[in-house]
Amino acid sequence: MDRFMDDFSKILANGKYFHEFLGGIWETLYSTLIATAVAYLLGVLLGVVLIVGRRDGIRPLSSPVMKLLNFVINIVRSVPFLLLMLMVLPLSLILLGTKIGTSASIPPLVIAAIPFVARLVETSLRELDNGVLEASQAMGCTTWQIILKVMLPECLPSLISNFTTAFITILGYGATAGAIGGGGLGRIAINYGYNRYNYAVMLVAVVLIVILVQIFQSIGSYLAVRLDKRISHKARKNTLKKRLQPVSK
Amino acid sequence: MIELEHISKRFPTADGELHALTDVNLTIRDGSIFGIVGMSGAGKSTLVRCINLLERPTQGRVIIDGADLCAMSHGALIKVRRSISMIFQQFNLLMQRTCLKNITFPMEIAGIKGAVARQKAMELLEVVGLPDKAGAYPSQLSGGQKQRIAIARALASNPKILLCDEATSALDPKTTQDILRLLKDINRRLGITIVVITHEMAVVEKICTHVAILDHGRLMETGTVEDIFSNPQTEAGRRLVYPDGADVNQFPISNVIRVVFGGGSSYSPLIASLAIDCGVKVTILGADTRNVNGQAFGTMLLGLPENQAEAAKAIAYIKNQPNVAMEEVRDYHG
Repeated sequence: MDRFMDDFSKILANGKYFHEFLGGIWETLYSTLIATAVAYLLGVLLGVVLIVGRRDGIRPLSSPVMKLLNFVINIVRSVPFLLLMLMVLPLSLILLGTKIGTSASIPPLVIAAIPFVARLVETSLRELDNGVLEASQAMGCTTWQIILKVMLPECLPSLISNFTTAFITILGYGATAGAIGGGGLGRIAINYGYNRYNYAVMLVAVVLIVILVQIFQSIGSYLAVRLDKRISHKARKNTLKKRLQPVSK
Repeated sequence: MIELEHISKRFPTADGELHALTDVNLTIRDGSIFGIVGMSGAGKSTLVRCINLLERPTQGRVIIDGADLCAMSHGALIKVRRSISMIFQQFNLLMQRTCLKNITFPMEIAGIKGAVARQKAMELLEVVGLPDKAGAYPSQLSGGQKQRIAIARALASNPKILLCDEATSALDPKTTQDILRLLKDINRRLGITIVVITHEMAVVEKICTHVAILDHGRLMETGTVEDIFSNPQTEAGRRLVYPDGADVNQFPISNVIRVVFGGGSSYSPLIASLAIDCGVKVTILGADTRNVNGQAFGTMLLGLPENQAEAAKAIAYIKNQPNVAMEEVRDYHG
């Protein structure tokens, strides 16, 4: 316990640690944001295909194609992230010329997150009332118009909520990536904290990660409610209050 | 003109095929308000969805102004759909768009410029009586107001045909009357053909010119509302036109007859003159008057006396009256 307090005061006093943590926060944010953005873009595409192409969808795809798609998604989702990352790291070598560092962890993060995001998007889009789709078809919308002007805008609040979920999950994955050469707060916690028995560093890193998660969850919840036109002004306040209560990951 | 030729629709289900529609033939003339009625499960909604091919019939042809929709490419079908609007029981508005943006939506997808579309949408808001709701979101509106916005949206593409799928079934009676009046007004002012799907005969009475009766996926009878209401030919028709009546069993009566008065005549002289001219007293079991397109139609259930000779006399007398139709009711259980 004494040693813990000792380490802790060292962190506070030593400028080197301060810069280390600041850099860690930056690396974590940068890799998580880029990975989430790319994974979400591709995941939305895949999610839309899953909804539009299902048997009773607006443009059904052939059943073998859909089965293959679902099979691949389920396979990728069932591989534990750390192992998936090890398998995908050669891709980073090809794309970025290195297997180590913050940037190198982005391609594996993206690959791991796409199927997850696709499922989230699928759930979001499934919420859309079938009657609205029917009305759009009756009005003479093309398939693209239904996707771009009806499905995605109508599901925007739910898509934002799920973007937040994806972001937080990828942030967690990113911390894990610290164990095998990724950057960010995860690397600090493992390299300085775990490997050198400096539990104070580990604790600070964990607390910082928790704070980041809380901040992004709050922003996401706020935007999802704020942008939802189904919720009236009065109800919005109450919904926000409920949703902004501290959440666990 | 909408022509449905030998329309059949079968749905595959877990326990065999479901025959939603069987060999339906129907012609709907331009400018009419055509009601399609039936009990729930009769196939009304499926039939109306066949008109714009939201449901593709298993067999048969859907011909609109001479063009066979089933034979069209997807692109051509989309063009035709833009001239056939539809409103729904659940309104199906876009919840994340303002009312104005909902109304401009059909124009937006047809590539009409924003300013032109907004101008037209504002005009349509006037037509449906909600000019102050342009910036409101659908969640802020009542059911009746939502349906008005849906009607405005339906009119935005200058349709030739408006399909209404139980459009008033989710509304209270007062609002229903308002919406029906609006629909009738639109039909008269813009000459749009309106197809109304409903399970309520009151809706048909109020606005329709023609009616088709659907039962278990089959077309039972079709004709002008006056004809069907004054003299339904089929059991399904009678069930809808005369949904309920008195319990006959409690009366000591041998025969029950239904008398239908055409426009213009009324009840009391018939019953009174029956008593005076033939000396036969009949019991009135039930009576109802319907106002169909401004003409009064009366129906009356009469219990005839147990004396067979007197009963026959009464029947002969009634049969001789002008503007009065009569039939015996055998399966009457109230």
